[in-house]
Amino acid sequence: MIETWIVKINSNKRLIEKGRWVNLTFTFGIGQNDYLFEIIEGKVISTTKRTILTRSGAFKIHGEKIAWEKHWLNIPPRDYHDIFAMLAKKLIIIDGNLTPFMQNLQYFKDLIASNRQSIK
Amino acid sequence: MKSINIEFEDIIGRYLNINVDNTNYRIYVEESGQGIPLLCLHTAGSDGRQFRHILNDQKITKNFRVIAFDLPWHGKSNPPEDYELKDYKLTTSLYKKIIMSFCDNYKLNEPVIMGCSMGGRVVLHLALEQSNYFKAVIALEGSDKLEPYYDLDWLYRPDIHGGLIQSAFVSSQIAPQSPDKFRHETLWHYMQGGPGIFKGDLYFYWHDGDFDDRSGLIDTSKCPVYLLSGEYDCSCTPERTLATASRIKGAKATIIPGIGHFPMSENPELFKSYIYPILDEILK
Repeated sequence: MIETWIVKINSNKRLIEKGRWVNLTFTFGIGQNDYLFEIIEGKVISTTKRTILTRSGAFKIHGEKIAWEKHWLNIPPRDYHDIFAMLAKKLIIIDGNLTPFMQNLQYFKDLIASNRQSIK
Repeated sequence: MKSINIEFEDIIGRYLNINVDNTNYRIYVEESGQGIPLLCLHTAGSDGRQFRHILNDQKITKNFRVIAFDLPWHGKSNPPEDYELKDYKLTTSLYKKIIMSFCDNYKLNEPVIMGCSMGGRVVLHLALEQSNYFKAVIALEGSDKLEPYYDLDWLYRPDIHGGLIQSAFVSSQIAPQSPDKFRHETLWHYMQGGPGIFKGDLYFYWHDGDFDDRSGLIDTSKCPVYLLSGEYDCSCTPERTLATASRIKGAKATIIPGIGHFPMSENPELFKSYIYPILDEILK
C-alpha cells in the first residue's frame, strides 16, 4: 500500500511544486506500524518502517488503520475528510516540532489525502 | 459613437464612513436588489465577497435588498488610522457597535440579518439585544459557544505565511462534495486576509463572544431565529448548532448534508435550496 501511495505522491507534479521547500523526515503512523517518510524538495525519497524508536523525524502524525481507511475513501464521511477535522475529533495525533508542518500545512494535508482512490 | 453593451453583474459597490467610539472607519459595502433589507455578515478572516452568489440571485433580490459590507480590517474596508500601534482583536462590544452603526448610517429599516460563523454568533447576540430592530436573524454555521481546537498563535508569526496557513486551516471546514472552483475561491479570500486579522476575529468567535449563558433569553416571537449549518463543518459542528437551538425556544435549526462551514460560497446552489424557504417564510 505504501509503495503505491509513494508513486502517487511523486508523480503529482503540483504537489511536488507545493512542497519544494520541504526537506525533512516525519513519522506517519497507521495503527501499530510507523513509517518514516524522508522528503527532499517535496519528493518522498524513501519510506522505511520505523524500528528504532529514537528515530522519529521532525514530527509524527498517527491514526488508527480504520481512521485512515475512512480518510482515504473517495468521499470521506464528516470528521474524516481532512486531517484537521480528524484532529478536532481526536481521531489522530500530531506532535513533535510542528513548525515545518504548519509552514507547509496544505502540502502535508494534500500529501496524506493523496492516497485517496479518486485523487486528481 | 458606437454604443457598448457591458454585461455588468447586479452588484453595486460603494464606500461609506462610520464612527464608532470616536474612531472613523471607512467601510466598503456591496448591495443588490430591493425590498426587505437582508444584511449579510462574512466569516472570520474573510470578507463580503462570500455572498456574491446571494447578491446576484434575482430570485432573492426581487424581494430582498441584499447588503454585504466588509468589516474594518477586512476586504476593501480600511483598518482605522493608527492601526499599526496595536494588534487587532475583535471584541463583542466593538463588533456589535460596528454592525449597529452601519445599520444606522445605511438607514436600514427592520432588516433581516444573516451572518456566517462569527457572523452567525453575533446575530444571536443581536436577536436578544436588538429584537425590536431586526425582523429576523439567520445564523449560518452559528452556535452560542465553541471549543477551540488549535493554537491561534500559528496564524500570526513571521516564520509562517499568514495567507497560506489561514487557507490551509479553513480548508478542513469545506465539504469534499463542494465544487472545486468554489472551494478554491473561498480559500482565496482567506489567503488575502491582513496579518493577524483572522486570529483577531477568532478572539471574538472562540472566547469573547460566548453566549451560551444568554441565548436562552432570546424571544423568538419578537425576533425569529433560524440556524443553518453544514454536515461537514468541523468548527461549528451540527451538534453545536443543534445544542444552541435547543437553548433557544422557537428557534428553527436545519443541518445541510454535504456542505461545510461556508455554505453560501463553497456550494451556492445547494445553499440556496435551503435559504429560499427561510426567506419565503420571512416574507409571509
